[in-house]
Amino acid sequence: MVPRPFRLRQVRRETHDTFTLELEPADGSDSFCFRAGQFNMLYVFGVGEVPISISGNPTNPHVLMHTTREVGTVTKAMGKLRSGDVVGVRGPFGTPWPVEHAEGADVVIVAGGIGLAPLRPALYHLLAHRDRYGKIVLLYGTRTPGDILYRRELQRWRAQFDLEVHITVDRALSGWRGNVGVVTSLIARAPFDARNTVALVCGPEIMMRFTVLELQRRGVSPSHIYVSLERNMKCGVGMCGHCQLGPFFVCKDGPVFSYNKVQHLLEKREI
Amino acid sequence: MSQSGAEGGKRFVLPASQFQQVFDALKRLGYQIIAPTLLDEAIVYEPVESVDELPAGFTDEQRAGVYRLKRRADKALFGYAVGPRSWKHYLYPPRQRLWQAKRDGNGGFQVIPEQEQIPRYAFVGVRACELAAIAIQDRVFLGEQHHDEYYRRRRENALLVAVNCVYPAGNCFCSSVGTGPRVQEGFDLAITEVLDGKSHFLVIEVGSERGAAVLEGVDVQTATEEQWQQAQQAVDSAARRILKHLDTTDLKELLYRHLDSPHWEAVAKRCLTCSNCTMVCPTCFCHTVEDITNLQGTVAERWRRWDSCFHIDFSYIHGSPVRVSEASRYRQWITHKLASWQDQFGTLGCVGCGRCITWCPVGIDITEEIRALRRSEEGRVAPTVPQEESHANT
Repeated sequence: MVPRPFRLRQVRRETHDTFTLELEPADGSDSFCFRAGQFNMLYVFGVGEVPISISGNPTNPHVLMHTTREVGTVTKAMGKLRSGDVVGVRGPFGTPWPVEHAEGADVVIVAGGIGLAPLRPALYHLLAHRDRYGKIVLLYGTRTPGDILYRRELQRWRAQFDLEVHITVDRALSGWRGNVGVVTSLIARAPFDARNTVALVCGPEIMMRFTVLELQRRGVSPSHIYVSLERNMKCGVGMCGHCQLGPFFVCKDGPVFSYNKVQHLLEKREI
Repeated sequence: MSQSGAEGGKRFVLPASQFQQVFDALKRLGYQIIAPTLLDEAIVYEPVESVDELPAGFTDEQRAGVYRLKRRADKALFGYAVGPRSWKHYLYPPRQRLWQAKRDGNGGFQVIPEQEQIPRYAFVGVRACELAAIAIQDRVFLGEQHHDEYYRRRRENALLVAVNCVYPAGNCFCSSVGTGPRVQEGFDLAITEVLDGKSHFLVIEVGSERGAAVLEGVDVQTATEEQWQQAQQAVDSAARRILKHLDTTDLKELLYRHLDSPHWEAVAKRCLTCSNCTMVCPTCFCHTVEDITNLQGTVAERWRRWDSCFHIDFSYIHGSPVRVSEASRYRQWITHKLASWQDQFGTLGCVGCGRCITWCPVGIDITEEIRALRRSEEGRVAPTVPQEESHANT
């Protein structure tokens, strides 16, 4: 499967090491449909290809958005791209967040750091169909106030009366008057009905494990907790073997899994 | 060809001295013949033109970490088991260009899909375990959701001339996993070589119309019942000479029970994580991709290349690999082969060809490691003195 060329409309700096690419098809087609939680393989000419979750709005298929952090060769090259440049796109791949399954329930979204990026499409979906859900709660933790993604959007959402947004940072800097501590510390007092809640969780694996414990302590059933996992991926279609997690290919059986499906694997070391 | 015509399921006979006729017929039909031949003191599958290039009169001695060619007393054409190369070398090449991209001077680039000339292969000498391996890779590359076009184009046109094993090697355990030594299905032609001192002939079964078409141009006779029985006995005797065994009872559950076993540390003390086992394995399909550019930076290419779960960067995600320890990488390999493969594709990932045992530089034996896991359980369930210990005490 070969990459489709997409032209960069805009590169938006989010934080000191993260940015969002806004892309549109360069081959004349006008839309890119995906479901919240899916990812693409993004290719930088001559440098390489990496899996990056889609962070834009699934109800607006005319612009494709990816937020990523500069961590490796490809993402660093990506950070140097300018509007008008072209990247290759293969996808969308993988399983979506179970937003339909969550209808009628409260939804609690727990994000750590860049983990907010794959969850943003789910938030867009929930807000676009607000009447189908109970309470919607976003719990978001970052290292420092400077690492908070989508600041303006979060402020806007926070000002809405139909969405709870709670943010915490590991290390406060001067001027921060918000919560300090790990994101799991927000779960105990978050307003949701644990018996009728679907939780969507994305962040570092250690953060997800403790988040799940805390959610379970509140009474959320493990079968109603969903996590998005990250593994090395080369193909995106279950053939290169790199993303295996026990019997699963994270690229096609995931990246979104119900927690009870993968719990026994995530508890093993180096699996 | 005899008057009756070579139809599916029919059995024919051809003197071994006339086998070149089959090669000639394949070439007339436009096939490129890949067959066993001697290369670097091993029997490997290579392009050949003539039956004279087959390793007639040779056999192979195989033990854990040992492969050695030996002369046979006879001139058998197929008197050996499998070598280090498997047919995946041709259906799923070790290096494969997937596409190219060219700069268009407008900040963009154009992707050019690979336009390759793929020969119509005729694989001559495909063993029963290897037919099973090809069927397994079909499930990987020709799955319901995604097709790999590079594999499909090679596989679709490939003609499979199978050979029944008569001389299994020391690491063969196909009978344990139900893949051999007798070829059952998935072939176009299947040959059994019979050498009884007086005569030397090939019994040929037809498995498909394409196979029958090959025999159209060959002077085969219908096999007599006696010739057929001789061929059957030759394969039966091979089955009896397979001594290595893998107990597949409860195998998936066994491995899943042992994810935390201390045994993986014991294997890691021997395993060099060299990836030989995965390279010679006829079912291993893992690969990585490489992106290269020309010096001007105007043309880029994407290449796919075999990779191995034994490499430390195989599981790398930003920061660190998931599987750092040697123990975790061996556990991944054997658990995938024998357990999670069943969940993924509905079959074992092992066909019992024994290559991973032969070509392991330190002689790690997949059947022995499974036996060790089972022994560790016996020790727990009913405390009996393990065999080695009782031996040491005497």
